Amino acid sequence: MVIVPETISGRQEAQSPSRMTPPALRLRKPSQPAVTSDSVIRAEGVTIRYADFAAVRDVTIEIPDRQVTAIIGPSGCGKSTFLRAINRMNDFIPSMSISGLLTYRGQDIYGPKSDAVDLRRRIGMVFQKPNPFPKTIFKNVAWGASINGYRGDIHELVERALRRAAIWDEVKDKLNQSAFALSGGQQQRLCIARAIALEPDVLLMDEPCSALDPIATARIEDLIDQLKTHYTVVLVTHNMQQAARVSDLTAFMYMGELIEFDATDKIFTTPSEQRTQDYITGRFG
Amino acid sequence: MTLVNTNFEPRLAHRRRIGWFFAFACASMVVLAVFVLGVLLISVADQGWRWLSLDFLDNFPSRLNPEKAGVKSALFGTLWLIGLTAAVSVPIGMAAAIYLHEYAAKGKLTRFIELNIANLAGVPSIVYGILGLAVFIRLCGLGRSVLAGALTLSLLILPVIIIASREALAAVPDSIRLAAFGLGATRWQTVRSHVLPAAIPGMMTGVILALSRALGEAAPLIMIGALTFITFVPEGPLDTFTAMPIQIYNWIDEPDLIFQELAGAGILVLLGMLLPMNAVAVGIRAWHQRRKAWS
Repeated sequence: MVIVPETISGRQEAQSPSRMTPPALRLRKPSQPAVTSDSVIRAEGVTIRYADFAAVRDVTIEIPDRQVTAIIGPSGCGKSTFLRAINRMNDFIPSMSISGLLTYRGQDIYGPKSDAVDLRRRIGMVFQKPNPFPKTIFKNVAWGASINGYRGDIHELVERALRRAAIWDEVKDKLNQSAFALSGGQQQRLCIARAIALEPDVLLMDEPCSALDPIATARIEDLIDQLKTHYTVVLVTHNMQQAARVSDLTAFMYMGELIEFDATDKIFTTPSEQRTQDYITGRFG
Repeated sequence: MTLVNTNFEPRLAHRRRIGWFFAFACASMVVLAVFVLGVLLISVADQGWRWLSLDFLDNFPSRLNPEKAGVKSALFGTLWLIGLTAAVSVPIGMAAAIYLHEYAAKGKLTRFIELNIANLAGVPSIVYGILGLAVFIRLCGLGRSVLAGALTLSLLILPVIIIASREALAAVPDSIRLAAFGLGATRWQTVRSHVLPAAIPGMMTGVILALSRALGEAAPLIMIGALTFITFVPEGPLDTFTAMPIQIYNWIDEPDLIFQELAGAGILVLLGMLLPMNAVAVGIRAWHQRRKAWS
């Protein structure tokens, strides 16, 4: 049976069960390649086009639960496009079309029963550039929970999210100040707190450190390592050292195709594909 | 100079002279514009200031007794007119802009509609007067009422409100929208909580400037027959009315010199209504720019 994601606090789902898409009744494949636990996101022959241009071609991948999966590759290789397809953030690009099967815990993400709004609560997103709302720090974290009908103690939730995002000590005395008063690295951790306040199942991170300095980057990387106890993290990065440092599995994409997907150690020491070898040794990209 | 490259001929003095000349030309135009405006204001004030008093605001116009004439009916007519115009045009204009920018698919039809709204903003106001006469007065049978006038002026300023509101919405960065959608917000939740609060100051600026344009319009009101001698204040939206620009026009049309002076006083009253409105618009914009923290 496919596992229905539990909320972290063990609290009841805020939304009524009737609004949830029922998980498909199907058995997981008993053996999976190079993957130690259950897969959360599964892609089978996924092709994503912008008008006529295929940004992602025939990608098949299984992303495991409670692990950090990094997607690396040169600019324009389709890694961000693939990431944004997982929580349907590409829906806002009118020319986008997708084929193949992309599932989240057995549910077809692009199926007729799938609700993008509900999906995005379960599959949170952290963007490349920190994008806090022009509101207070507290409201930044609390808003997502309140619009999704959170019925628990909102102050407790905000504190827990900020603690998990390793920013509580820095902001606890200025929760009512504008989020713009924070530094770029703090803003990005606030955005992570904002995403995990929804108690999501999966966190998608689209080059979360590319706008940050090395110290802020190191803090976010530490944080990603802690986050995987609670969440499945999918991280897009064009920083190979970052992928090597924080991820358990690494996928290498090139020209829209998934070239290789394996344990991070293996990708960075003994990749089976020549193109992976060339990329990680800096011969192109 | 140790570094000599014969491929360049900088002519720095010449380039700076051109720059200075251009700055001087632009500054002269500013002086000219302010000067013309100043002459206009001073001549109007010179004509009208003697008649400005509380009595002038509280008396009705009089042909037989110009010394006791006032603008009460026109003043209240204008207040009614602008209130009703705002009540009609602001919700419609803002809703249309929100739909066009936040909801409508960016297709050929949307572009076609937007292009035509921009064209409508350039249509002469008298044409709206003809439309108001045909539709609101003749077809809907509203008569020469404040409501008919307000609906006509609403048509006139709707394109301006829609364009200004749309631009205010376009100035809100998409990263805010994506952040909200990424948290599982619906489109309305995104618009309501993040896009509108950021766009409202810009929208209000456009609305106020559009309303102050409606305040000064005479042509469409003449067209729908507000050009009447009225000595009472409208009590409801279906009463006949007159407005400040009409009253000023009426007085200027009179041969006696004293009426010219009354017209000057009327203009001062109209300006006295316009200036605070524009000041509020400028104030909102300044406040908004200070508050706008994202880049």
